[in-house]
Amino acid sequence: MKKMKVILGISILAVAGFFMVAADHIDAPAVQGGTSDITDFYAFQGQNTDNVVFVANVQGLLSPMATADATFDENVLIEFNIDTTGDNVENLVIQAIPRDGKMYFFGPTNPGTTGLNSSIETAGAQSVVDISPYGSNAITKTSNGLKIFAGPRDDPFFMDFAQYSEIIAGNATGFNNPGSDTFAGTNVMSIVVEVPKGMLGGSGTVNTWVESKRKQ
Amino acid sequence: MKTLLNIKNIIAVLMISGLAFNCSNDDDMNTVTPMPTEPDFSGLYVQQDQMGRPAVNTVFGSSASKDMYNITPPSQQGAAFQSMFQTNLMALSPAYANPGDANALGLDAATFTGLLATDVLNLSLDGTTTFYDGTNVLTGRALADDVITVELLLIFGGEDFSENPTLSNDNVDANDKPFLASFPYLASAW
Repeated sequence: MKKMKVILGISILAVAGFFMVAADHIDAPAVQGGTSDITDFYAFQGQNTDNVVFVANVQGLLSPMATADATFDENVLIEFNIDTTGDNVENLVIQAIPRDGKMYFFGPTNPGTTGLNSSIETAGAQSVVDISPYGSNAITKTSNGLKIFAGPRDDPFFMDFAQYSEIIAGNATGFNNPGSDTFAGTNVMSIVVEVPKGMLGGSGTVNTWVESKRKQ
Repeated sequence: MKTLLNIKNIIAVLMISGLAFNCSNDDDMNTVTPMPTEPDFSGLYVQQDQMGRPAVNTVFGSSASKDMYNITPPSQQGAAFQSMFQTNLMALSPAYANPGDANALGLDAATFTGLLATDVLNLSLDGTTTFYDGTNVLTGRALADDVITVELLLIFGGEDFSENPTLSNDNVDANDKPFLASFPYLASAW
């Protein structure tokens, strides 16, 4: 009986781990709710089809009131990683780091070291844009062939997370129709960079991911 | 010698006065002309979080391993986490309960979790970029992609998306604000 309880407990824990929160919002204990918590990553072809766009969102579930006070953390580096050779090791990075109200971008450039530890690649092309304040129009910049933006935006993620939680908790057997978007009306801190495909190899498929790294 | 020093000081003071006079908007008696200083980009930055495809760590990582998954380079994630992902997938979804069960991409539990465990987002440089649009699979992730329903279908929907219908669509199909056609594409904050 005790063993049964233990097994049941483990199953519930395992299932509760599923969809604790969606996309990557609050995905793990060490980062949840902090300034390095990545909520989402997007990569898609731009309006100009010669370009691709990378989006990294951090600090999810910001209410409009909280958004006015939200800032990027100067100790947190956001790094877009691009593997052009198919081995899931980055060959190019685009780094974004805030300083004094501006977001500095470096790259795309071949990183000195790959993996978990990074230096800021100041030898790479440097592009700078003012961080857009809450409530103002988006401030964008074109620099070194990149289009860049940093500031608060509506969270583009959508999901009926509340109902999924009810299902996981055993209080419901399925989703509602229509569902209700748990992320409606919430904001994120967003970094958007549009890059000419030619800087990433021009054609074929690349593997991409985003990392947050904190200054030691 | 001391006089010489004094003369030097007097000259220095005169020069400073000159500078201060020239900088007519600068009345705080700075002794040097303010120079724009390059921000400090030194130091070592150590990984805390990472993400490729949506919801992978959230959905497939067991509670105890979520932090470790976030600090394992993608090239090492498959070997370290595929087995755990498969266990969790099969515990969650009845769609993989029987031998030979697969999802609509034709991937069985081992192959599907093998794909997902290496958490990178594939991005095509040759055309349509979408998580899944009925034709293209994993060629990127567009803002409007209903990635959760796609993942629910691949987890619960079985070979033809028909299994477990109440679990395989959350019935939230679009964002709460329209996206922009042009840069920066995301909608303005609420």
